[in-house]
Amino acid sequence: MAEPASVAAESLAGSRARAARTVLGQVVLPGEELLLPEQEDAEGPGGAVERPLSLNARACSRVRVVCGPGLRRCGDRLLVTKCGRLRHKEPGSGSGGGVYWVDSQQKRYVPVKGDHVIGIVTAKSGDIFKVDVGGSEPASLSYLSFEGATKRNRPNVQVGDLIYGQFVVANKDMEPEMVCIDSCGRANGMGVIGQDGLLFKVTLGLIRKLLAPDCEIIQEVGKLYPLEIVFGMNGRIWVKAKTIQQTLILANILEACEHMTSDQRKQIFSRLAES
Amino acid sequence: MAAERKTRLSKNLLRMKFMQRGLDSETKKQLEEEEKKIISEEHWYLDLPELKEKESFIIEEQSFLLCEDLLYGRMSFRGFNPEVEPEGQHWCIFQKLMLQMNAKHKAEEVEDETVELDVSDEEMARRYETLVGTIGKKFARKRDHANYEEDENGDITPIKAKKMFLKPQD
Repeated sequence: MAEPASVAAESLAGSRARAARTVLGQVVLPGEELLLPEQEDAEGPGGAVERPLSLNARACSRVRVVCGPGLRRCGDRLLVTKCGRLRHKEPGSGSGGGVYWVDSQQKRYVPVKGDHVIGIVTAKSGDIFKVDVGGSEPASLSYLSFEGATKRNRPNVQVGDLIYGQFVVANKDMEPEMVCIDSCGRANGMGVIGQDGLLFKVTLGLIRKLLAPDCEIIQEVGKLYPLEIVFGMNGRIWVKAKTIQQTLILANILEACEHMTSDQRKQIFSRLAES
Repeated sequence: MAAERKTRLSKNLLRMKFMQRGLDSETKKQLEEEEKKIISEEHWYLDLPELKEKESFIIEEQSFLLCEDLLYGRMSFRGFNPEVEPEGQHWCIFQKLMLQMNAKHKAEEVEDETVELDVSDEEMARRYETLVGTIGKKFARKRDHANYEEDENGDITPIKAKKMFLKPQD
């Protein structure tokens, strides 16, 4: 990885902003500024010049760009705040611009609104449960936020239970709040996760990799034996299979698949399928 | 002497609703304008140069949901859920859940085992049998309630012959 590092160092030393389009898929470091395509067009026919631009009046027909995790807005440019690879997604339909984000790796989870997470109930105080989600504060979960829960009909949740829910409030100023129903009032698989099984922790990047639409790992794992998995975006995975040995095998595979190449993985799966 | 001096009513009095009914539209408009002037003079404003608001076209989002199209996090494979497996209901829910949540991905990793979701004929007949009795009870009068005697199990048993007066034999 010497080449991207030297390029990054050079750009930092010169403190020049690069065009986001040219850096897609490459490693970016915190502190770099990225130019968006509209600003590039204002340049002359020289191509991707690395001089900082001044705003000109022509740039009024701009498209909305979303800067995702790892990026911040800095004037009219994007400022990188995490190290990782820069990614871009084209807009599917409607308003243009697309999404830019940094694909970084970390183990510490920061609550984000809308994320589905696995939490452990640590305390029960009055009408709310305190749920540990791996963030800086325990999230609060009201007992009415379960499907079919009313004041008389309380959900059966004890201290130490595992909960699969999503955040409705999650910012740096307030205590995070989670619920186990969606906006229509249905559970949709959320709520208390059943008995037994094993909960273990992995990095956040692995969770996103496993939940990608075309993930082979999950497809191969599903063919081994009957099992149930729950993925939490806070780095926690809960697995359950018929026997303890199968559960442990599954946990080991998921933990190890982060650092395996696809060939090694296929070897292991074929060995498991035989036994 | 009173006719020489025209009584002067105060401004506030003239502004009241009952005084305005007799006025014509012109005087009304004048009064309104004066009102507006007074109100706008009382308003406070900042004596700063006009700051041009820059319309930012970059939106900040901290969530990965927008960036990557992720699957739903709860998955079950090969019909696993031993607690409710005899009924087969929860497994169907998970099947349906995975299909429903991942419909946009067209998830094909879920195995296609067919399960009887419909109620079987026997159960349907059993339910219908008791249903007739239950609904019939609703419309029966008080005297007829004796006809609908409930068994120990709660099933409606067929009625016995109604007891009539038996004429004593000689």
